Amino acid sequence: MTNIVIKSEDLGKRYLIGHDSTKGRYQSLQETLLNQLRRFSRSARDIIQGRLHVDGDVVEEFWALRNVSFEVEAGSAVGIIGRNGAGKSTLLKVLSRITDPTEGRVEIRGRVASLLEVGTGFHPELSGRENIFLNGTILGMSQNEIKSRFDEIVDFAEIEQFLDTPVKRYSSGMYVRLAFAVAAHLEPEILVVDEVLAVGDADFQRKCLGKMNAVAETGRTVLFVSHNMAAISSLTRSVLMLDRGEVIFSGPTEQAISKYGSMTQASNVLNEAGQKKKGDHTNIRAARLLSEDGTPLATYLPGNRFKIELEVETDGTRGLSCDLFLVDEKKMRTALGSMSHFEGSTLPLEPGVYTVLMTFEPINLASGQYTIDITTSLVNHSWDHYIENALSFEVLYSNAAGLAWDHRQEYGYGNFSLTFALPTLITHVAHTEY
Amino acid sequence: MTLNEERLLIIEPGRSDQQYWSDLWRYRGLFATLAWRDIAVRYKQTVIGASWAVLRPFLVMVVFTFIFGRVAGLPSDGDVPYAILVFAGMLPWFLFATMLGDASGSLVANTQLVGKIYFPRMIIPGAASMVSLVDFFISFLILFLMMLWYGFMPDIRILMLPVFIILALITGLGPSLLFGALNVRYRDFRYIIPFVIQFGLYVSPVGFSSSVISEKWRLLYSLNPMTGVIDGFRWCLLAGESNLYLPGLLLGACVAFLFLWFGVYYFRATEKSFADVI
Repeated sequence: MTNIVIKSEDLGKRYLIGHDSTKGRYQSLQETLLNQLRRFSRSARDIIQGRLHVDGDVVEEFWALRNVSFEVEAGSAVGIIGRNGAGKSTLLKVLSRITDPTEGRVEIRGRVASLLEVGTGFHPELSGRENIFLNGTILGMSQNEIKSRFDEIVDFAEIEQFLDTPVKRYSSGMYVRLAFAVAAHLEPEILVVDEVLAVGDADFQRKCLGKMNAVAETGRTVLFVSHNMAAISSLTRSVLMLDRGEVIFSGPTEQAISKYGSMTQASNVLNEAGQKKKGDHTNIRAARLLSEDGTPLATYLPGNRFKIELEVETDGTRGLSCDLFLVDEKKMRTALGSMSHFEGSTLPLEPGVYTVLMTFEPINLASGQYTIDITTSLVNHSWDHYIENALSFEVLYSNAAGLAWDHRQEYGYGNFSLTFALPTLITHVAHTEY
Repeated sequence: MTLNEERLLIIEPGRSDQQYWSDLWRYRGLFATLAWRDIAVRYKQTVIGASWAVLRPFLVMVVFTFIFGRVAGLPSDGDVPYAILVFAGMLPWFLFATMLGDASGSLVANTQLVGKIYFPRMIIPGAASMVSLVDFFISFLILFLMMLWYGFMPDIRILMLPVFIILALITGLGPSLLFGALNVRYRDFRYIIPFVIQFGLYVSPVGFSSSVISEKWRLLYSLNPMTGVIDGFRWCLLAGESNLYLPGLLLGACVAFLFLWFGVYYFRATEKSFADVI
């Protein structure tokens, strides 16, 4: 007897996108009227025949999924990764029967519960208690199942006091906790989860991840979509990687993550379009982001050194310095590195083109996208040549030590490097009540 | 882990057809929960709550009794007080109208569910229709109070009433499914439906007895399925003072079933694309 619980063969999903070929072109009144009439009769035909109607007179096909074939074994946890628009969500929607595939076939053995969003169907006017039942039923639990897990759910969500308050009066944190708590107590044979861990505060995220881990360990099959490589690497053994609707890799998690890293859109060569101010005394001619051993770097693993190599032309003015800003996803400058301000050196006084190599000591950066603004500055602290978004790189996950929880940028710029001495015992305490 | 061969689910283009009706049955728990939700939230944060279910038809009844009974001087059926004649017609009409209004907009109101969870979509308009049934039974109490007030008692025919309640539901369900499905893609129907309901109130024999229609036009008039339903209600409730025009009733029922068939057909044909276009 086979052990395959999900088997997908050449799965494809097509969307039709309509364009209006006449838009923006001069038209006579007669043409316009005729076109309207034609369009109207076509719409009417589509409506009556119950066919999908597409606006516009030129219809373009768009394959959100194409030739997707894979197999999932019982009891395995499989990650699905890919860039935005790679087709991950469409695949989950097809697997959870929300939308029909256009071609291909999937066989699924066992009860599937899909969690494409936390709190689906929550009604703001209803109380927490009522919403637990509502949401539980929507996710496919029976009344008895919900009753037997009710206390656990309330405990998990930490909302005992507010059980009878309408959820519209909940803080967003409470709302998300309750929503996830219900979902976390589903016990299907196959669990399909979209990026739902990206909610709540750090503590709660860790709790959710722990719960997901526990689900995976009880031998249930889990399909898990995420952008969070730390979660993917701690939860799954194998990964399906999608790009533009097609499977481009299927195999062990570690390999998939390193492949994913190399596909990043980060740019390790100078982006000249970012020039904000032309220099009067200097010209930044090139910039490269390198790893410690000198190979081009696009993803940075916290805890390692990295280098930036600049090619700068100077007219020899005294006190010129090369400075860098590290900028996070929210366009906030998070850190400054400077030749003159912190290191006390400047560009040479002899006019010419120089290579400047800077080596960065390990930084424990939070995960996410970063860009670097490169600038030269004069001694009076005004910018000379300024290039915004000159380089970019990505931190796939913050946790070089491989611990599960991923520290993302919203929780701050990074984490401290700490060395812990062994806790030394001061005195024994008989009971621990806090 | 043992695998249950019977639970094999196959997803293919156009495949869901075969298991649709058994799925509908399997998801009855969701149906009940959604119906309960719609009922529970209907009068939340209103001051007089479920009294609205009573007040709306009552006020319309007062106005209609005045305009059709007093001003226009239309005759009642036999000795029935005009107010009771109007209210007996208003009960099925409001059942139909609330159902059509709520159910046809229900899919769009539940966009989140449709886009994120699988279930037979017919559950949503179905559950929404249940709310109108609750309103119906509440306003039914008013009819009994009015009958006590006028000292007018129905006879044994009232036992036939469930048949006409079901006919009213069927009459409402067909257009609800049709308009509900159309509304998903063409929000134009959001504007059409209130108009249909308003128009229908005057076209159907709500404010007057259908016996005022001349014999010549009676069969044509019965093409409106609500005519048969309302006549049926009056026949059941008004102690034999109201006559049942049988050919008209049958014709109306046929129209209602035709609508139901077409509603189900259209709903099923477009259902699979709901998540893509809603």
